[in-house]
Amino acid sequence: MEHFISLFVRSIFVDNMIFAFFLGMCSYLAVSKTVKTSLGLGIAVTFVLLITVPVDYLLQTKVLADGALAEGVDLTFLAFILFIAVIAAMVQLVEMIVEKFSPSLYNALGIFLPLIAVNCAIMGASLFMQQRILLDPETSTQAIGGVGDCVAYALGSGIGWTLAIVGLAAIREKMAYSDVPKPLQGLGITFITVGLMAMAFMCFSGLKL
Amino acid sequence: MSLFSKENGAVFTGPLNLNNPVAVQVLGICSALAVTSQLKPAIVMGLSVTVITAFSNVIISLLRKTIPNRIRIIVQLVVVAALVTIVSNILKAYVYDVSVQLSVYVGLIITNCILMGRLEAFAMQNGPWESFLDGIGNGLGYAFVLVVVGLLRELLGFGSILGFQIIPDSAYMDNGGLYINNGMMTMPAMALILVACFIWVHRAVNKEENK
Repeated sequence: MEHFISLFVRSIFVDNMIFAFFLGMCSYLAVSKTVKTSLGLGIAVTFVLLITVPVDYLLQTKVLADGALAEGVDLTFLAFILFIAVIAAMVQLVEMIVEKFSPSLYNALGIFLPLIAVNCAIMGASLFMQQRILLDPETSTQAIGGVGDCVAYALGSGIGWTLAIVGLAAIREKMAYSDVPKPLQGLGITFITVGLMAMAFMCFSGLKL
Repeated sequence: MSLFSKENGAVFTGPLNLNNPVAVQVLGICSALAVTSQLKPAIVMGLSVTVITAFSNVIISLLRKTIPNRIRIIVQLVVVAALVTIVSNILKAYVYDVSVQLSVYVGLIITNCILMGRLEAFAMQNGPWESFLDGIGNGLGYAFVLVVVGLLRELLGFGSILGFQIIPDSAYMDNGGLYINNGMMTMPAMALILVACFIWVHRAVNKEENK
């Protein structure tokens, strides 16, 4: 239980997808102009993470790993192709659900909903999961040992990403009224803001759970 | 259109400066920030992306008339994933220590916006040779930003370039000098601010053309 909570809280603050690993920056920068759409995108990303990371974990341990399918059969070289196929399929599913239940959100997100498929955060979470399976749960708080750990990791990463994008959107909404020098306008000042936010989040790195 | 015509030249040189993928098109930001804490991984990453972009552009351009529209994205993703698998294994075989430093970011080239962006915007509408030039151009433009940021971060953060100590040991405060390494430069946060400065300089310099 303690390991779940530790993994969950670490994924939100210390191993934050945006501020520590810079995953998902492209849609992060593009969609963070208003808080409402940011929240919608953040929830969609969290949902996709929650589905894809456990599925990829099962794929990795039951099919791809050395000796999983049959003695001496190592299919890890197929990992990239299979992971991205799972992600593309799941995003298609999420797109259909959002279109059905919230057409206004669907229109607000526009092209960025199908773009979640190529969002580095989703693929990155699965690739990190692949690395963390190899860690020892006794010594490392980051280790992933089962589907439950995957869910904690995915939920934490998604919430961390949502936190980051909503935070940036809130700041950008206010910054629209500021007097930014011409060459820095738009992208430049956004980068500096994200840099300062990343520095702020570094204060969590001493967190001991 | 001849092989080395003026239009092809523009396709190649555009992304190097005026249409730079990182500074202007805002693509490929994730890895530009994450792998640049030292110069060597930055160079390896830049070269890998250049090669993968060029070849995936060529393959998709050759297939462009035969891909059904509905499964376009999946075909592109599978082609890029296959190329990245090959490059990733080559890196693991020949430069293992850099490959460990790059860790997941090699795999993340699949989702690198530059690749998908150029496949959709260029390779699907143009012939193989132009797509190859476009891929190389964008890859090199991206590599340029990576090398600049990597160089600054390693020089100011560690005092070395490619592992060779540039700032002499005697200059450090521990040894009686006045200099301390800027520890923030090795942190991810600083990468963002450095790229922001790069964009600032780039926009100010290209003010006339960028209207």
